[in-house]
Amino acid sequence: MSPTYEKADSGSGERRRSGKETMDNDRIEQILNEHQGQAGSLIKVLMEIQEQNHWLPREVLVKVSEKLEVPLSRVLRIATFYKTFSLTPKGRHEIHVCTGTACKVRGAQRVLDEVQELTGIKPGETDSDLKFSLETVNCQGCCSLGPMIEVDGKTHSKISPAEIADALKKYE
Amino acid sequence: MARINSVAELEELRKGILSKIEPDKPCIAICAGIACLGLGNDRVISAFEEEIRKQSLETKVDIRATGCHGFCEKGPIVVIYPEEICYLEVTPEDVPEIITQTVVGKKVIDRLIYTDPNTGAKAVHQFEIPFYKNQSRLLIGNNPKINPKSIEDYLAIGGYSALAKALFAMNPEQVLEEIKKANLRGRGGGGFPAGSKWETTRNAPGEEKYVIVNAHEGEPGAFMDRALFTGNPHLVLEGLIIGAYTIGSHQGFIYTRHDTPQLRENIDIALSEAKEYGLLGKNILGSGFNFNVEVHLDVGIFVSGESSALMRSIEGKAPEPRPKYIRTSVSGIWNKPSNLNNVETWANVPQIINNGSKWYSSIGTERSKGTKLISLSGNICNTGVVEVPMGTSLKEIIYNFGGGIPNGKKLKAVHFGGPMGGSIPESLIDSPLDFDVLSKLGTSLGAGDMLVLDEDNCMVEVARYFLDFLSGESCGKCVPCREGIRQMLKILTDITDGKGKEGDIELLEEIAGVVGEAALCSLGRSVPKPLLSMLKYFRDEYEAHIKDKRCPALFCKELKKGEL
Ligand SMILES: Cc1cc2nc3c(=O)[nH]c(=O)nc-3n(C[C@H](O)[C@H](O)[C@H](O)COP(=O)(O)O)c2cc1C
Ligand code: FES
Repeated sequence: MSPTYEKADSGSGERRRSGKETMDNDRIEQILNEHQGQAGSLIKVLMEIQEQNHWLPREVLVKVSEKLEVPLSRVLRIATFYKTFSLTPKGRHEIHVCTGTACKVRGAQRVLDEVQELTGIKPGETDSDLKFSLETVNCQGCCSLGPMIEVDGKTHSKISPAEIADALKKYE
Repeated sequence: MARINSVAELEELRKGILSKIEPDKPCIAICAGIACLGLGNDRVISAFEEEIRKQSLETKVDIRATGCHGFCEKGPIVVIYPEEICYLEVTPEDVPEIITQTVVGKKVIDRLIYTDPNTGAKAVHQFEIPFYKNQSRLLIGNNPKINPKSIEDYLAIGGYSALAKALFAMNPEQVLEEIKKANLRGRGGGGFPAGSKWETTRNAPGEEKYVIVNAHEGEPGAFMDRALFTGNPHLVLEGLIIGAYTIGSHQGFIYTRHDTPQLRENIDIALSEAKEYGLLGKNILGSGFNFNVEVHLDVGIFVSGESSALMRSIEGKAPEPRPKYIRTSVSGIWNKPSNLNNVETWANVPQIINNGSKWYSSIGTERSKGTKLISLSGNICNTGVVEVPMGTSLKEIIYNFGGGIPNGKKLKAVHFGGPMGGSIPESLIDSPLDFDVLSKLGTSLGAGDMLVLDEDNCMVEVARYFLDFLSGESCGKCVPCREGIRQMLKILTDITDGKGKEGDIELLEEIAGVVGEAALCSLGRSVPKPLLSMLKYFRDEYEAHIKDKRCPALFCKELKKGEL
């Protein structure tokens, strides 16, 4: 019944990829200049930087605070409140395991256990080689593909624990 | 494109678009909904583009990447117009054959059409497939006909005619009256009448007022707002502009998911196209009405979908709810009157204006009108987005559209509304889809996410799962919610680990009672719901875990050893 290609990795190519590359300062300056003095844009600005850089270094947060004229304490509060923001560097590859209800009902826990076993890290952690970061996510909106994991935005659908090692092998 | 300055110009433009359409020209509509994307439909789309080039058919065949068609289980889905032949589970390898055989040769490829797994019956067209048959796809049915990145496709199916009608043939009071008479109830979870909410904001003191689309969709297992908004963004936008005109607002906000790039992109394109055409911005359609829209992104925490938290978040602050006695309709963003509605609620508005409240209220039950989008997921054969009239029985949804329970398992329970909803047992599935009926049964329609659970699910574990989810998604501002969830979670974890004690159920009920009464926002106040519904219908399972150290569903690892 299942199509034969469903195990293949796929997904829209425009999804962000992660990597260790540090963000170029020009781009940060550009984002900050666009929102100079606009305290209300705090979340938007952090979001843009997070999307580009994959994490928020402290010196960048200080700059955000100065440019947007928001106290650093508030910048830190927002940056730590939301799960999407990371105050530590991410690995070259970001693994997202969906633990939403539909995926859970179809065995997401065993998938997560296997990913933890293979990478040696828990959700929220990055390994010491900066190869993988692991996060759990809630419902990606494609419950028909569950259980599923995403690596760098690529979906591996209806994955069984036995297939995970193979799926992760490709990533350097 | 020049901007449109009057209704006559809008109709002129529409005529122009329609006259360019050649009804016999083949068009390949490829679903680019989120599930189909996950199944690699980008490669299917490229394969079509390449094959069309190879066969030099560029001028003879159109391709349209569309939003979700609903039948996610069988994606990628491809519909070939004008015959409307529907192919399921299409791979890039199938593409040359589709072009040669079907598009050029007008022959149906048997292997790619739907085959009923029970009867072996085949269905060539979408409307013959049991999943689609007898749905009322008033909101989402146009998705296959629309490229969400093109306002022309929306105009071609009559888009923005409701806005023109509202602006030129009705005054705001008349629009409000129509929405009230239609008895449109909010689709975001609470089922609050949209008309009275609009009226409160309209009548609230102050010149500046805001209207907001809640497209946060944080409930796990809910994906219908994304399917609708990504696939047909102008429908939601048209509803929003009509709402703004009615309420007297000149500034709108869309609060949406940061982690769904197609959704973000389609919204951005829709806004800029609408602006270009003069449907947004200054002097809309030459009516003198001004309205702008700004997009804000959620940053991944469930509580930010709550109305007051969402408004804080738009202000750039942490999304902490505030007490409900201050109503956001009167004092919302920057303490200005702010009317918040769900994606689906706004999407209902254009059809009410076009067809009238009488027509609208003839669909549904006495107190729940119109159709409802349902995200059907869990242990169900056909996961996907279903749209049915209110009042449809749960049984019909599960068996007729959902295709029943896979792997020969028995249905155990249906859970609505995610972590803030409730579960009802198999014996109640004759119940209708209705805000009030479901809430009387101890569950709630919620946003429309319907999770089907088979006999292998442990109801203690499901409750534990929801509390675990909520413990990470609560803002932590109020003590009853912060501490209550933790303590309940601890007890439930113990029970699933085989360490349940006599008196645990009573203690859970007591804490649930306190959290339900004392929490600051609806998140905390809804925490007890899943648990209490399960204690009502599945108490014996909880008792078996505690007294007999047995998990009847054989799910809880620590308790399996006790089994025979
Ligand atoms: C914790 C929490 C999360 C919520 N998340 C959403 C959501 O993602 N989308 C939504 O439309 N409503 C959500 N709501 C309900 C909103 O607070 C609000 O009632 C709704 O958006 C109003 O729209 P409606 O009247 O059209 O239903 C949530 C409520 C709570 C308490
Ligand atoms: S629950 Fe995993 S995608 Fe919906």
